[in-house]
Amino acid sequence: MSKELNSGIPTDNEVILGILNNSDSVLKRLYIAYFPMVLQLIINNNGSADDAKDIYQEAIIVLYNKVKTGDFELSSKLKTYIYSVCRRLWLKRLAQMNRYGGDIKDFQEYLSVDDETEKNNERDIQFNKMGSALQLLGEPCKTIIEDFYINNRSMQQICEDFGYTNADNAKTQKYKCLQRLKKLFFQQN
Amino acid sequence: MSDNQLLEQIERYLNGEMSNDERARFEVLRSENADVNKKVAEHKHFVNLIKQYGERLELEKRLNALHSEIDVHSLEEELMIHPSWIVSIWRNHHSKISVAASIAIFAVLCTLFFTGYLNNHEMNYVKLKGEVEQIKLTTSKLNSQVNGLKRSPGRNSNPANFRGTGFAISSNGYIVTDYHVIKDADSVYIQGVDGKSYRTKVIYSEPGADIAVLQIIDPSFKSFGPIPYAFKKADTDIGENVFTIGYPRDAMVLGPGFLTASTGFRGDTTQYQVSTPVDFGNSGGPLLDSKGNVIGIINAKETHVEGAAFAVKSSYLLKTIQDIPDSLKGSLNLNSKNVLANLSRVQQIKKMQNYVFMVKVYNQ
Repeated sequence: MSKELNSGIPTDNEVILGILNNSDSVLKRLYIAYFPMVLQLIINNNGSADDAKDIYQEAIIVLYNKVKTGDFELSSKLKTYIYSVCRRLWLKRLAQMNRYGGDIKDFQEYLSVDDETEKNNERDIQFNKMGSALQLLGEPCKTIIEDFYINNRSMQQICEDFGYTNADNAKTQKYKCLQRLKKLFFQQN
Repeated sequence: MSDNQLLEQIERYLNGEMSNDERARFEVLRSENADVNKKVAEHKHFVNLIKQYGERLELEKRLNALHSEIDVHSLEEELMIHPSWIVSIWRNHHSKISVAASIAIFAVLCTLFFTGYLNNHEMNYVKLKGEVEQIKLTTSKLNSQVNGLKRSPGRNSNPANFRGTGFAISSNGYIVTDYHVIKDADSVYIQGVDGKSYRTKVIYSEPGADIAVLQIIDPSFKSFGPIPYAFKKADTDIGENVFTIGYPRDAMVLGPGFLTASTGFRGDTTQYQVSTPVDFGNSGGPLLDSKGNVIGIINAKETHVEGAAFAVKSSYLLKTIQDIPDSLKGSLNLNSKNVLANLSRVQQIKKMQNYVFMVKVYNQ
């Protein structure tokens, strides 16, 4: 695992500040610190290491979004929070796969965290729709939209990359793409 | 204004790229035109969604990169709770184990079945009451109708349903036999070696010891005369030379042998085990020692063991006789004088054959 000297478990405040500042090293330490705990939970409750990865990353994303939107109040230890979210997510996954035997082996204390995973679930659905709409959109629209809205590149750069004769043409193209994307996005159920 | 132009304006408005003038005009348009206002909100939401989607992809990429640095496999080994070896064997092989176990159980049951082990053990122990076959019964019935007129008083040529052996215990007509011989009987007759038959009634029975006492009630009966044998009170030792006589068939049959155990079937202390040939019909026959003392009453044999017969000890016979209520006992005086002691086996049997009877039981 990490060989850095400060690779120990980050304090809860460090994590929150690190997420707000987009710190890579804090995210890394956070990820490494609590993954074994979640792996233990999942593999001893009918899951695989891949399941553990999915569940853990989903939980980190839940935490990340909560911190980013500013409504994260640490009412318990971060460790307990992550464990609880993972536990909740895994129970849901087991129930969906009909593998839940009504009994889960616990390794940590936990709290109930229903609503937060629900919120995350809705957002995931939106993101999935967005992802498939972008796929359907096809090139060059997909890249134009991604470059402009996600990678924050200017129209001028995009114009050069795609070889448009002038920025206006590129802009017109972009709006057309955006309209189609909206259409594709809202067509999905 | 085309859609594209409107979109461009909305975008510039949201990005704060408009001049103050332009901005004021757009805000007027927005407040006047609900449609435009709605589009602004919609666009803002949608663009946000695209941005968040991008951020999510980015975050996932970072997390995946972090994940690839972790040695998941060794962690997994370390964190997996390993069940004890017996549990893991069961989890990995339970279907095979189940099949093997079923086959094993089936094989054992088959073996037991074919070796006869599953037959009831009690079957090994059969009481020696002779049951006369149905076919003989019907044939003889026919005979008895033909011979009916010839029947002399005191003789009964009707074939019995069951047959056993009995012997006299006093000269005035008391006979002892096994309880199981006369059980459920409607009428009981005895028939001597000379062919004479007498009607009797059961005056007392002791099912626990398998002993029954009969009394001859036939008017033609007078007396047996003095009984040649006595009854032994004490237990007899293993190895004693013994013999029995009885009616496994129509003629009297001698069964010589030895006393082989001081307990009966499954350690029954009321009985002896005797090595002597006995058959159905020997039940109730006397077991005598070499001096001519009655030491027991033959009552059963073990079916799978050659020559393993059982006899109720004479001490239980004496006790049963004592237990008979005085009102029934009448003049039952047990013989205590043994005149057989110094005679040869041939002489002994000659003397006592008149005191051993075939017991015929009717219960239709």
